[in-house]
Amino acid sequence: MKITDDSPPVLTALDRPNSYIGRSVPRPNLQRLTQGRGQYVSDVALPRMAHVAYVRSPHAHARIVKITIDAAKNATGVIAVVTGAELAKVMTPWVGVLTHLKGLKSAPQAPLAVERACWQGEAVCAVVARTRAEAEDACELVEVSYEELPAVTDPEIALDGKTPVIHASLGDNLCFERKLDVGAVDKAFAEADAVVETTFRFGRHTGVTNEPRSVVADWNEGEQRMTVYHGTQAPHMMQNLFAKHLGIAEHQVRVLTKDVGGSFGIKVHTYADEMATVALSKLLKRPVKFVADRIESFVTDIHARDHRVKAKIGVSKDGTITAFEIDDLTGIGPYSVYPRTSGIEANQVVNLVGGPYKCPNYRAQARVVFQNKNVMCQYRAVGHPIAVAVTEGLVELAAAKIGIDPLELRRRNLIADDAYPTQSASGLKFELLSHHEALAHLDSMMNYAGLRAEQKKLREKGIYRGIGFASFIEVTNPSAAFYGVGGARITSMDGATVKLDAQGAIIVHTGVTEQGQGAEAVVAQCVASSFGVPLDKVRVITGDTDNTPYGGGTWASRAAGIGGEAAWQAGKALRGNVLAVAASILQAKPEELDIRNGIVVDKANGTERLPLDELARVAYFRPDTLPPGFQAELMATRHYVPRAWPFAFTNGIQGSHLEVDVDTGFVKLLKHWCVEDCGTIINPQLVDEQIRGGVVQGIGAALFEHCLYDERGQLLNGNMADYLVPMAAEMPDIECGHVVSPTADSELGAKGAGEAGTAGAPASVMNAINDALRPLGAQPLTDMPFTPDKILRALGKV
Amino acid sequence: MKPAPFAYKKARSLDEAVALLVEKDARLLAGGQSLIATLNMRLSAPSLLIDINGLGGLDGITVKGGAVEIGALTRHAQAERSDVIAKQAPLIARAIPHIGHPAIRNRGTLGGSIAFADPAAELPACLLALDGEIDATGPKGKRTIKAQDFFKGLFETALGPQEVLTAIRVPAADNAARVGFAELARRHGDYAIVGLAACARANGKGLSDVRLAYFGVGSTPVRAKKAELALASGNIDAAIKALDLQPHDDVQATGKVKTHLAGALLRRVAKQLLEA
Repeated sequence: MKITDDSPPVLTALDRPNSYIGRSVPRPNLQRLTQGRGQYVSDVALPRMAHVAYVRSPHAHARIVKITIDAAKNATGVIAVVTGAELAKVMTPWVGVLTHLKGLKSAPQAPLAVERACWQGEAVCAVVARTRAEAEDACELVEVSYEELPAVTDPEIALDGKTPVIHASLGDNLCFERKLDVGAVDKAFAEADAVVETTFRFGRHTGVTNEPRSVVADWNEGEQRMTVYHGTQAPHMMQNLFAKHLGIAEHQVRVLTKDVGGSFGIKVHTYADEMATVALSKLLKRPVKFVADRIESFVTDIHARDHRVKAKIGVSKDGTITAFEIDDLTGIGPYSVYPRTSGIEANQVVNLVGGPYKCPNYRAQARVVFQNKNVMCQYRAVGHPIAVAVTEGLVELAAAKIGIDPLELRRRNLIADDAYPTQSASGLKFELLSHHEALAHLDSMMNYAGLRAEQKKLREKGIYRGIGFASFIEVTNPSAAFYGVGGARITSMDGATVKLDAQGAIIVHTGVTEQGQGAEAVVAQCVASSFGVPLDKVRVITGDTDNTPYGGGTWASRAAGIGGEAAWQAGKALRGNVLAVAASILQAKPEELDIRNGIVVDKANGTERLPLDELARVAYFRPDTLPPGFQAELMATRHYVPRAWPFAFTNGIQGSHLEVDVDTGFVKLLKHWCVEDCGTIINPQLVDEQIRGGVVQGIGAALFEHCLYDERGQLLNGNMADYLVPMAAEMPDIECGHVVSPTADSELGAKGAGEAGTAGAPASVMNAINDALRPLGAQPLTDMPFTPDKILRALGKV
Repeated sequence: MKPAPFAYKKARSLDEAVALLVEKDARLLAGGQSLIATLNMRLSAPSLLIDINGLGGLDGITVKGGAVEIGALTRHAQAERSDVIAKQAPLIARAIPHIGHPAIRNRGTLGGSIAFADPAAELPACLLALDGEIDATGPKGKRTIKAQDFFKGLFETALGPQEVLTAIRVPAADNAARVGFAELARRHGDYAIVGLAACARANGKGLSDVRLAYFGVGSTPVRAKKAELALASGNIDAAIKALDLQPHDDVQATGKVKTHLAGALLRRVAKQLLEA
């Protein structure tokens, strides 16, 4: 294993001999995954395992008049054909609400549609067969007669009296509404020298994971236990939900989550077809497998964004931002997704707009409405890309209006680096951010002045390049304030159990999960460093509710900051226990000993005293030689949950450099920069790759990805040819820079880094396009994704 | 995404393949780069797949009588690496890197691409621009079809239900031959929003015999004949004005945008044609 020594930043408690904190060590699962020995749910095959395929509604909204299953039942290989009414007897419905999002309402959702299908793609009937192919063949034999109902698709009219109400029991199509009014907004706008007002639109898109959603459920009638192999981000949350809706106890459910082929927030929700698969296993008393195919993924994996935000900024001549005002409207499909709800994204938009700035005057309104399209919920950077694009779009439009350089306008308004702790107008609490240092770093990293000079020169030749920025804040390391206080059984805590084996190696069980992002590597680094062994002596086990400590899993950029701290503390605790054993063998004082590189040494001078394998031999096989009454404890568990702050906010700034072909409306990305501050960096390479991957998904939002629906609620481009996932050939080089402001809430000081890239990239690309086109008098583009079509229209060419 | 059941037979000879095509809903399987996707999405459900991969004599690139002949089973990657194609069929050489991605080009065949006749694909437009020919063998023997008579409609060709496309032929380029190719796709390797394959003959400082074949603008590749004449008379702006394409809206772009982009492409391609 090659370990790159890249001079970790100066650390305090972390700065132990042979520390791996701050080093780009390779992830321990690398060889296994690259040799094709991963254990994805898609790979799981069990004896007597059946496969399920679902008949899905072709209509956005329809009453299910009749389902005729006789032909399908008699088809080759078919084991069972099950309708929603039958499955409702096995599993109870759920409602996606949280009590701290006041007024949020939703309708009960069943594993299979009963009586009514509410979006194109909703499963209405299950066909279980020996193979997936046979199940799909038989699906074609299921006859469903529908009575098409009017589809509510446009959020703008969802609340009109004339628009049909999707769920009569709710009274209207309003899912959630929030209003906020801070400071003296009207006065601030009245006193502003310039006011910019515009409407931003964000295309509905989705997170396309390499491995689709997948689940194998195995009900063991003899044991009265349900084992679920599940590609999820949150095994303990799912354990609770499977148990709750099957009407059994949590200890009767085991969720196993080994390798997961990418998640991005897509796999942290309850999906009706996955719940149905679990219910089918209980019903049929045998293992049942469901792996979504790409067509199903596009119509059932949660979508995100799809916001319309009317927005306004006031600014004085000297560049002081006086006020922000927004009105956000979003359509989230027919149900609020369980259990995290579909109100969170709009709520985050309200929370985050204006967040990097000192401006005390802020008014916001957000309305979340139901519609007959696929459900929307939390996808990587929830709400951030919207809030950042609105804020930063306004900031750059204001800068242009009053003739101030966009970086200079930010310098005059960003919260000062020495102003912490402080809070935003919306009430977000900031422990320590570094907006100005990050901005200065970006300025020099990208040679801003040089790029501006080049831009000017090239414009004379008819080449239109643009430079755009986005300062941002990011929610990471959430405390119970995110979900727990709203009544959801989603823990914000995580744990690690660390065990010394009989040859002196370490086994770690952690509650966080590996989605391909490198959580295993980070946990191993934390334990190896705090306990004191080489990295190759640490094995990490994740994703097994029978065996790992209770934990939240992987979401909201929490795995490193929360799971890493638990692992760090567990390693430290075990070091204490092991040194007690060593002290009793060596007749020394534990506080005068340390463990370094797998050997017990004298703390003062590093003299080697006892290798760990010898210590383990004595402790496990010759405990009789230890002093009477001494018991070796060679396993330790620690948990960690952030308590001092609701969230560990991070910050950063991104820059985009691009060229717009004004003949074709095509955008060529030339370069992208991101400077961010995630506190202590445990693994620089993994952090940078998180940033880069996030930036690419943000660029997807800005230029490529869009779930296109027609007015009848039909998805027009639900396949990999027509839905444009960002690809390598179009991506620019992405340079990362860092500022390090550790959180004092944990010893590690690490904040999250998973979503920063996605948060800021769409805004910076948007601003760069508008910067490029400004001399041509183009109408500012504020409607993502920015297609050649829209750019040509802005230029007045079509 | 599992295909509906189908029978499979590997043809041992061209005659056997032709004979097997008698079966209703039988389809030929060559590179499978379009067919397999449509099967998996259950957009088509043939009763029989006749695998013609491995049939001898269908995958060569040869020069015969002033024409470059490309066997139907020639893979895109094979053509991409061919010196003969590079020197004597330069329009095809320019087009091939735009077709999908390396994995697709390793497997996909030139014959398959022509026979499938996707209106947004590169090679049908190239064949039309080059005034190429298609060889087909059926129960009544062999025949040759001109490219201009081959592309009949959306995924529809002049091939009879029992005919197998065996080769395509284009005139070998000489010193006076000029070619131009450009397409606009939002991601490299995608089907183009609009594309243009063109050829001409150098005529002093100008051009003659200009042939412009657009793709992605209709149900077949489309010649822009008025623009050809204008371009031959040396007036690029007039050529753009003379474009009489009538593209429909699709998920990628509106017809209006496609028309505008067709003009932008013509400017680029005209520049290529005029470069010696």
